[in-house]
Amino acid sequence: MTAVKTLVRSWLPPVVAAVVIFGGWEALLAIIRPDGFVLPPPSEIGRAVAQNWDAIVTATGVTGFIIVTGLLAGVVVGAAFALLVTAFRAANETLTPLAVAINAVPIIALAPIFNAWFGILSPRSNQAVVVVLVFFPVFVNTARGLTQVEPSQIELMESYGARKWRIMREVRIPNAMPFFFTALKLATSLAVIAAIVAEYFGGRQDALGNLITNSAGLTRYDDAWAAVLAGSLVGIGLYALAVVVERLVMPWYFTARRSA
Amino acid sequence: MSDTQGSMDAHRLAVEIRGGSKIFNLGRHNEVKALTDIDLDIGQGEFVTLIGPSGCGKSTLLRLIAALIDTTEGTVLVNGKTADAARLDRDYSMVFQRAGLFEWRNVSRNIELPLELMGWKAADRRQRSAEMLELVKLDEFARHHPAELSGGMQQRVAIARAMSFHPKLLLMDEPFGALDEMTREHMQHELLRIWSETRITVVFVTHSIAEAVFLSTKVVVMSPRPGRIAAVVDNDLGERTEATRDDPAYFANITAVREALRGGH
Repeated sequence: MTAVKTLVRSWLPPVVAAVVIFGGWEALLAIIRPDGFVLPPPSEIGRAVAQNWDAIVTATGVTGFIIVTGLLAGVVVGAAFALLVTAFRAANETLTPLAVAINAVPIIALAPIFNAWFGILSPRSNQAVVVVLVFFPVFVNTARGLTQVEPSQIELMESYGARKWRIMREVRIPNAMPFFFTALKLATSLAVIAAIVAEYFGGRQDALGNLITNSAGLTRYDDAWAAVLAGSLVGIGLYALAVVVERLVMPWYFTARRSA
Repeated sequence: MSDTQGSMDAHRLAVEIRGGSKIFNLGRHNEVKALTDIDLDIGQGEFVTLIGPSGCGKSTLLRLIAALIDTTEGTVLVNGKTADAARLDRDYSMVFQRAGLFEWRNVSRNIELPLELMGWKAADRRQRSAEMLELVKLDEFARHHPAELSGGMQQRVAIARAMSFHPKLLLMDEPFGALDEMTREHMQHELLRIWSETRITVVFVTHSIAEAVFLSTKVVVMSPRPGRIAAVVDNDLGERTEATRDDPAYFANITAVREALRGGH
């Protein structure tokens, strides 16, 4: 009984919010009736999804692959950079300025250049945009978590004769976990944006980005919105996955917060 | 809790410092003379407090004994070895003002941490951790997470962690400084009980005169700029009870320490 109650309590607010927002959207458009291409009502977007189901599923698969692989690679590279920079002074003095410099480049603007490097139809060029965009927030946040450790915890480990890598494993990495997951959640939506925008410049024709530009070009805005919806769902799914993994990896963080 | 190793060490001093000095940022514009001309002997089983105003170098002195920082001049011996050899042999354990428990480990696994670093088997660690929790009277909290405990309880876990591998020397840096007065007095009694049960040597940094006199067999009074030992007050009050806090001898020694602190300025 209480389990049902908590389930209802946690699901009810977002469901009500969705009904209100989409219902209001539909109702408002029914009342003021703007020209269809400004903003189609949810019902028309739904119809567009049904009509283009196969194309949308294919496009979501193509773009989803780029998002997920790019996200994973960017996260791995970002976390690895953070570890190196924390462990080695020389790495800090070389990699940190490099990372800052890369981040200062308008990364989306590199998409056409990556197309030239990797081939306009290759997934590599779009993956590269995702990797570069995801990398920096993961790097910066994880590095902060690895270094922002209570000094007495380091002294404690040293007093036990622990070496650098043991301190990394026992203190720095667990301490960095909340920082890392904050960055990971941020990175999921960045990856979706990066992949779709990169597709505006190149890549396979059956991807979400091209579906959006092509549909918009033909003034089929309901189809464009249907593709946007698919991209959003990928982003929401990845975010939810990150939240689940976060809970599994550091349950201690949430027990602590509950009682504190 | 004595073993053969312990009885062999009984003839050596727990801590022996000769001509110890520490200068931070030596030769740079922000050079600070933290400690100068430190000579200090601490016998096995003694409870010594280091007291003095901020900047007198009492925490620095504790870290020299722990070999967490190097001396600029002089020698520091712990159980007859260099301080760094004693550190690597795990002759001592530290307790800090902040309990510094690892949030990602439950209470029992926090206590097991030094044992893990020493390569103990899981079953032995589990058993020792249970013994330690009994020692600090927190048996029911083994599976709790640090954030679920009060400040005083967290500090008791930190003491249990420090005592887990039966070190010969306990170095405490204002361990009760962040606790309220009631909890603090309770913790003082608990610490003395643990000390008398284990006969471990304790070096305890504090800036409370009452705490220093209540706890220790010897009060080392320090003065600042540069940090040095101003006086050593022998403090033989016998076994401590609640009544000790009203004992005239206790007040006499508080006065003696206070005067030594004033004289140092």
